[in-house]
Amino acid sequence: MTDDGEISVVNSIDFQVNSGEVLGIVGESGCGKSVTSLSVMGLVPSPAGKVEGDILFNGENLVSASEKRMRQIRGNEIAMIFQEPMTSLNPVFTIGSQLIEALQIHKKWPKKKAQAHAVDMLKMVGLPRAEELMKDFPHQLSGGMRQRVMIAMAMICAPKLLIADEPTTALDVTIQAQILELMKKLNEETDTAIMMITHDLGVVAEMCQRVVVMYAGKVVEEADVKTIFTSPKHPYTVGLIQSVPDMRDKKERLYSIPGNVPKPGSVKTGCQFAPRCAHAFDRCISETPALESLGGNQRVRCWLYEDEKGVDIVDRTIS
Amino acid sequence: MAELAQSTPPLNNPPVMEQSDDKVISPWKDAWRSFKKNKLAMVGLGIVVFFILIAIFAPLLAPYSFSDQKLADKHLAPSGEHWFGTDEFGRDIFSRVLYGARISLWVGFVSVAGSVIVGSALGIVAGYYGKIVDGIISRIFDILLAFPSILLAIAVVSVLGPSLRNALIAIAIINVPIFGRLVRSRVLSVKEEEYITAAKAIGMKDSRILIHHVLPNSMAPIIVQGTLAIATAIIEAAALGFLGLGAQPPTPEWGKMLADSRDFIIQAPWTVIFPGLAIMLTVLGFNLMGDGLRDALDPRMKS
Repeated sequence: MTDDGEISVVNSIDFQVNSGEVLGIVGESGCGKSVTSLSVMGLVPSPAGKVEGDILFNGENLVSASEKRMRQIRGNEIAMIFQEPMTSLNPVFTIGSQLIEALQIHKKWPKKKAQAHAVDMLKMVGLPRAEELMKDFPHQLSGGMRQRVMIAMAMICAPKLLIADEPTTALDVTIQAQILELMKKLNEETDTAIMMITHDLGVVAEMCQRVVVMYAGKVVEEADVKTIFTSPKHPYTVGLIQSVPDMRDKKERLYSIPGNVPKPGSVKTGCQFAPRCAHAFDRCISETPALESLGGNQRVRCWLYEDEKGVDIVDRTIS
Repeated sequence: MAELAQSTPPLNNPPVMEQSDDKVISPWKDAWRSFKKNKLAMVGLGIVVFFILIAIFAPLLAPYSFSDQKLADKHLAPSGEHWFGTDEFGRDIFSRVLYGARISLWVGFVSVAGSVIVGSALGIVAGYYGKIVDGIISRIFDILLAFPSILLAIAVVSVLGPSLRNALIAIAIINVPIFGRLVRSRVLSVKEEEYITAAKAIGMKDSRILIHHVLPNSMAPIIVQGTLAIATAIIEAAALGFLGLGAQPPTPEWGKMLADSRDFIIQAPWTVIFPGLAIMLTVLGFNLMGDGLRDALDPRMKS
């Protein structure tokens, strides 16, 4: 999907977000979650960032869309929230002037009207004393408040899709819960679909209806949120779920998947996860599995389920 | 809202003092506050303001015309009548020094303004677009910086012909790469900031991002460098004047005054001392002010 020089950082990404739903994209650091989201926005870092294939938005292919069209879409129809609320706001401008920028660009609203709407948005994301906040500078706000401002900024044009790239990673736990609550509320009250990029399965369980699990630039499993937690199929998904510490269970050591995400392009043939997989057999190293449907809306990229007779590996690993 | 207030008490209950005297602390006001605390910087600002006032009101303050010659009164020592004495043509040095402030400050401000505009434009283009454009522009800067600045200025003036205006142009040219490099490096770091990606993500055009987001974030170092560059520009103008390549007679340019009086340095030292002091004081003023601005605007100094 994306070429960095000659190396594909991300490839064979295939998933969809339905209108109004919350889709979770999970995976370890460095598995291509952020690159995927930037691809949708058409913001893959240059130099040499290149997207191949189709990204369909309301039936329109964003990959072949002109830069001008992309600018109309960005912020207006697809908006994005970034990981770091501390650095996503320009330090030299007031909150208000940054909030109304999208309205001025896309809706061509006069300043007064845009400002009034911005105040409403600040109230909607639960910020106190919204009118005064408009005149504040980013450094006067806490991380949680800034992330709320970022959400207000992203939602201000009522986009159809909101991409949230680890929106709570940089925040402390209590603020995290508030921000998630807020995003859930916004998703329910507006018809904005949310693409939630995270490495936190707790966030997924809390927020999402469907989940896409990514590993080393590929989708390895996709299912609705209940299925992912009750019957995960891909050994990587199983490992991820096991890695979540259980508070009721005082184990000596926390579980972790051995090894690291391979460097892009280093695993040439076979399943990307094979070197770290306890269930890998010959075929996993020689042939690359495809993303196959397992019935329902669960799809998995693993040879273990090739003829759907796959053993229930959950039982095997845990015992 | 209630839970937010609980979780972020320091921001919802800021110290009473800040709340009452000034609710919104813009980065500029904040900088002015720390600038005011810096005594040396305030002295520098005082000197600069003093010379600016002199330059503006020179015709009102000067007891004599800067060009009236009275050969009978040549090389008079400082007295109640001629505070700074007279030069070899009997011209009043005090009046000439006052008028000289106009020329030095004019050269300083205008040449630096020129280099800031041209340098920033080139720096932004080089930094934002990179690749070949950056290569060409940066190499031009390197070439310009390879010459000692005064030598380059002499070369430019000898091509254009000696005059105050051409000296000003020469000084502007030699300062262009300084601002160009400064802005380019700022652009390179600012464009990787997440708020630039965020600005793109709301659908902003490149040109708007450059003007609305990148340039304002480069203002602080430009102002600091600009103030210091005015000091250098004044020295360079004086040096060119001294070499006879800048202001032409009877323009009361301080460097030119020094040059004209250097033969009489023993008999009439006041002809050299006062223009020299004027140069030294203005340059000192701008330098102190520039250093103060640097401390005030440097984000690392922020508490």
